[in-house]
Amino acid sequence: MVDRDRLIREMRQIIGDAGVIHERNRLRTYETDGLAAFRVIPALVVLPETTKQVQAVVRACHQAEVPFVARGSGTGLSGGALPAADGVLVVLSRMRAIVEIDYDNQRAVVEPGVINLDVTKQVAPRGYYYAPDPSSQLVCSIGGNVAENSGGAHCLKYGFTTNHVTGLEVVLPDGELVHLGGKGPDPVGYDLAGAFVGSEGTLGIATKVTLRLLRKPAAVRTLLAAYDSTDAAGEAVSKIIAAGIVPAAVEMMDALAIEAAEAAVHPNYPDANAVLIVELDGPEAEVSHQFAEVERLCQEAGSTTIQIAQSEAERALFWKGRKSAFAAVGRISPDYYVQDGVIPRTSLGAVLRRISEMAAERGLRVANVFHAGDGNLHPLVLYDADVEGEEERASELSAEILFACLDLGGSITGEHGVGADKKQYLPKQFSADDLDVMQLLRCAFDPDGRCNPGKVFPTPRLCGEVPGKRRVHPVEAAGLAEVF
Amino acid sequence: MAIAAEPLDAVRRAAGTDHTRPGGAADEVDGVRPALVAEPGTVDEVREVMRAAHRAGLRVVVRGGGTKLGWGAFLAGFDLFLSTARLDQVLEHAAGDLVVRAQASVRLADLQRKLTPAGQMLALDPPEEGATLGGIVATGASGPRRLRYGTPRDLLIGVTVVLADGTLAHSGGKVVKNVAGYDLGKLFTGSFGTLGVLVELIFRLHPLPAAAGLAVAEVVTAERTGAAVRALSASSLVPSAVELDWPDSAGRGMLSVLVEGVAPGVEAQTGAAAGLLAEHGKARVGDPGEVDAAVAALGALPWTPEPEVLGVKLATVPADLPVALTALWEVAGAHHLDAQVRGHAATGVLTAALRGGDAAAQAAFVTDARDRLALGGATLVVRQATPEVKKAVDVWGPAGDAIDLMRRVKRQFDPDGVLSPGRFVGGI
Repeated sequence: MVDRDRLIREMRQIIGDAGVIHERNRLRTYETDGLAAFRVIPALVVLPETTKQVQAVVRACHQAEVPFVARGSGTGLSGGALPAADGVLVVLSRMRAIVEIDYDNQRAVVEPGVINLDVTKQVAPRGYYYAPDPSSQLVCSIGGNVAENSGGAHCLKYGFTTNHVTGLEVVLPDGELVHLGGKGPDPVGYDLAGAFVGSEGTLGIATKVTLRLLRKPAAVRTLLAAYDSTDAAGEAVSKIIAAGIVPAAVEMMDALAIEAAEAAVHPNYPDANAVLIVELDGPEAEVSHQFAEVERLCQEAGSTTIQIAQSEAERALFWKGRKSAFAAVGRISPDYYVQDGVIPRTSLGAVLRRISEMAAERGLRVANVFHAGDGNLHPLVLYDADVEGEEERASELSAEILFACLDLGGSITGEHGVGADKKQYLPKQFSADDLDVMQLLRCAFDPDGRCNPGKVFPTPRLCGEVPGKRRVHPVEAAGLAEVF
Repeated sequence: MAIAAEPLDAVRRAAGTDHTRPGGAADEVDGVRPALVAEPGTVDEVREVMRAAHRAGLRVVVRGGGTKLGWGAFLAGFDLFLSTARLDQVLEHAAGDLVVRAQASVRLADLQRKLTPAGQMLALDPPEEGATLGGIVATGASGPRRLRYGTPRDLLIGVTVVLADGTLAHSGGKVVKNVAGYDLGKLFTGSFGTLGVLVELIFRLHPLPAAAGLAVAEVVTAERTGAAVRALSASSLVPSAVELDWPDSAGRGMLSVLVEGVAPGVEAQTGAAAGLLAEHGKARVGDPGEVDAAVAALGALPWTPEPEVLGVKLATVPADLPVALTALWEVAGAHHLDAQVRGHAATGVLTAALRGGDAAAQAAFVTDARDRLALGGATLVVRQATPEVKKAVDVWGPAGDAIDLMRRVKRQFDPDGVLSPGRFVGGI
């Protein structure tokens, strides 16, 4: 047990007064991330500017036996950056240097607070880009992308953050600094960089990230196809995949999502029950050949209208409607849950029917936005918190959508993460042994369970025990009690 | 080493007596013979075997196709060879989802044959003939097309593993996009059987390309080779592979650029690639008649399993390709070894066969080449060597400042250190 004043003094010595926030009114700024339903005021917020400071902060936490949580831009949608009430929130937004750009080897080394889109902006003049493009890429940080293994619309063809991170500098939960992977191929030893990406901040704090840069494709072509039903739109996607085409992106929105997008950003989508955005990129000859085929297949599936982007501005408008869909739903409903589930792509029709039945049973509406190429659904469950019982029903429906995904062989999260939000559902996807074995990794990195405690796993594992025997972790038993 | 009969009997019962036998000469790894070979036929039997072995403290090495058992450091010893050979079923091919689920000992070539009618493939092409999916993942084996599709870590989306004590665990699943739970697949990829037994694997698939073409160029110096590869990488071409073949340092090298996709695209890209290459060597587009044979030959290792030949894998950032080539040749020359080099030029992964020297010369080559390459952060791993050489050098080379963390990972997954002891980096 350490008193809070002493910890504040220590942190001030490490970072300086300006980088330590301890006043309650200022701490409230950090009480939540992109998932506003969860709120916890941290004991302390620190804003380090260097790796050495992060190391010193983490070491101080380690010595004082105080938990800590790393936070980037705080755009996560699963409460992954939710603070620990008795802990330190390590905000990395001041570490935003692009340290190195190595065009010859197509790598960039960046600090964790660098904004996703800023990497691409920096290298675009030389014809390169950073591929993972979560919808929040204007504001989300690379460190957060690493924690969540962020995806985006274009991961169908290009993969996720994990496929684009080749190296990490990591401060381990005891303050030790390690380098996992690097710039070059096939680093010797276990692929701990691979294990770290997507670990939701539970294994340490990344202080430098080495990213793959890709050459901008020679050609990009985008079309928007409208359909009378989501089934017909799904059929078009099946035909495209069956034809051996891997589009850069295939996105679908249903009638309600279209309505919301129109109300918010006016993308001029055709009047339809479903729209598909299909984008191809690559070498010119390849793209023009396959684009003609995609257009034909979209028509064959019964498209009512096909619009082809004739300019970069028009393409951007197609995407604007899609990328702002979550926020746009605020135009048609006072409140809504953003859900993130995955199904095998071919089960799209089945899951939509289930969602529609379940919504009807509860008298609720669901707007659907999907990464249709890879079966990642984002159902938006609409409700009005002022109507008695509606929030509860919406919350139930939102959970049941996940169970429907699991029934169809899918996953409870495709890109938003488990975080604080879904940890109680993880045992529905994995057995107790699965979760125990996963946590062996946690035990190697963070045996005391102080790094982002209470996230991902519903039951922390006491390290050093034999698999199968679980006890409540002391941190958990202490609950939110004051440690200071 | 003598092992009491009782524990071996327990393993025999677990795998079924028809599927266990005493280790023979053909089962030796690095000259070490296991007491027993077990071939369990189901995942449950694998668990039983592991439980029985665990109780008896037996050291276990896992064997799939047996094509890469020589990789890795010298095994201190082992008692039980666990062969996954009977776990050879493709469990599910969801063509519309571009996903396949298979048992560990499905051979890659057999899987590809099953996928072909659906116009799909698993985009892995390591050169070892007869390799199984489990072995490919356990060793992180790759081939020329890694340039476009990545390595096993990038295509593996789900795993089922059995730990040393028989615990069964899953990670990932049947959907490509999935961030629920830790990604044990990445951890197990390239872990060389030191963390557990891979029993089931799920991969994302890719469509088979409709057409293939080559652009080839003769290159005369390491610098010209580097410049040619840089020009390709900086272009907007999307080749599936860029391969180098340099039979001996006194001669010339051949660069082959493989382009796959729709026919009009292949034609345009091979033409453009040949144009770029022409500035750095004698270049041409491959004749359609020769393409099939040439593509099939891409990625072959520069050595056959000749025991006296030292085989190494060198990995460098691609821009340092000329530096690495020069270092290989010069250090080989200094120790009177002939170096034959092949590899994935655009990803910076080369293999070299060193011929003509004794064990001392080979060991000295490894040490000196590593010293030369260390500056640029390149790694050199011994892939094929006599037990004498493997004992004399560190097969893996340094693993950096995360080695203690790796040891902690190993201790968590295999606290008694019974899985492939000594085979991995840093004595893991």
